[in-house]
Amino acid sequence: MNNPFKQFFLFFAFLFLQVFILNNILLFDSINPYLYIVFVFLYPLKENKIPLLFYSFLLGLSVDFFSDTGGIHAFSITFIAYIRLFFVRVYFNKLEIDYPFFSLKTESFGKIFNYVVTLTVIHHFIFFSLANFSFHNFSNVLINTFFSSIFTLVLYFIGTAIFTKNE
Amino acid sequence: MQQLIFFIQRFKYFLFFILLESIAISLIFTNLNFQKSKFVNSTNAIVGGIYTQKSKITGYFNLKSENELLAAENARLRNELQKKVFATQIKDSTIVDTVRYFQKFSFTSGKIINNNYNKEFNFLTLDIGKNQGIEKEMAVINSLGIVGIVDNASDKYARVQSILNKNSKINARLRNSNYFGTLDWNGDDYRTVQLIDIPRQAPLKIGDTIETGGKSTIFPEGILIGTVSKINRGNSAENTVVIKLFNDMSSLGAVYVIKNFDKLEIKTIENLENE
Repeated sequence: MNNPFKQFFLFFAFLFLQVFILNNILLFDSINPYLYIVFVFLYPLKENKIPLLFYSFLLGLSVDFFSDTGGIHAFSITFIAYIRLFFVRVYFNKLEIDYPFFSLKTESFGKIFNYVVTLTVIHHFIFFSLANFSFHNFSNVLINTFFSSIFTLVLYFIGTAIFTKNE
Repeated sequence: MQQLIFFIQRFKYFLFFILLESIAISLIFTNLNFQKSKFVNSTNAIVGGIYTQKSKITGYFNLKSENELLAAENARLRNELQKKVFATQIKDSTIVDTVRYFQKFSFTSGKIINNNYNKEFNFLTLDIGKNQGIEKEMAVINSLGIVGIVDNASDKYARVQSILNKNSKINARLRNSNYFGTLDWNGDDYRTVQLIDIPRQAPLKIGDTIETGGKSTIFPEGILIGTVSKINRGNSAENTVVIKLFNDMSSLGAVYVIKNFDKLEIKTIENLENE
């Protein structure tokens, strides 16, 4: 995962997966997974934290271009990219010294679960609040956040189960 | 000065975060505003080009239903034409060439290459743009009824503000009387829209047909919208009528963009009155 080419590949893979496949699922007319945020989970922890912010903003903006949502995706993914380090400290007890040795693969499932669920729910809540842009229909925001988060998380855990190599 | 540089050095991560978030916020606000020119949308050459390629592939899946719709529309138009020919033949021997001298609207055909209907602010992307004479504030319809209004056009692509957009306001009236109201959408269901500000005395029944009113310079009058499905006759000030759309907004294919030739003239007169 430290290979820059791999991150470049992941960026476009998540972008096209999101805009061409996942944006068209619309289960029960409104529930969509937003799997492109996995880019933030998979991006390695580094001393220099600015590139992640920039790349995630760029990814969010590209999704916005395709789905005509202004800057909503860009805002919410940049937000979780920023607060990611805080949750790394809370759930995994990792400080800056540990960053080069940190990998999601070596952590226990419970910790990863907490970490991923928190970030996903925060992202989806911000996203649907901004998409709604008023306090009218606020119950819709909560319902959409709840079901879309479940959908995204199910896809994420299935995806990791498939793509991690058994050693 | 050194203090300032030191401050920036120390908080550059946070400051960069704030910078990116404020860019995103400003993009969100410009996107919600119909009047301002927009930067982030699907009309640019790259995104539009990719969507065209995509629709070339997915277009095949609904060719059959698309053909049936077009055939039905052709049949309806042929019937209209027969009526016209019959009427003019009986009336007089001299026929004014209405096509040349009284044409008020021109229709351009196009195709929807990207469709949204599940958000609160929905936009569609068209595969025609300025090169085909498409400009801002032109009406978009298909054979079943209204679709939206063009809100941004690049050289080859145009973005349409769907009627399923909370900002969209369209003049609409009852087919069998001249009472009119404003068509609005509350963001809930893509099959229904709301008609507001319709006078209380208007005779409304479930199943009445609603069409465009022609009181704006965008839509010609008499374009179908939908049927009344629910009437709220409460004591509240708002008199909302729920309209079931004729159009299935979740599957749109071929559409027509309408240009109003008299728009400039009408706008000039209206502005004179205001002064």
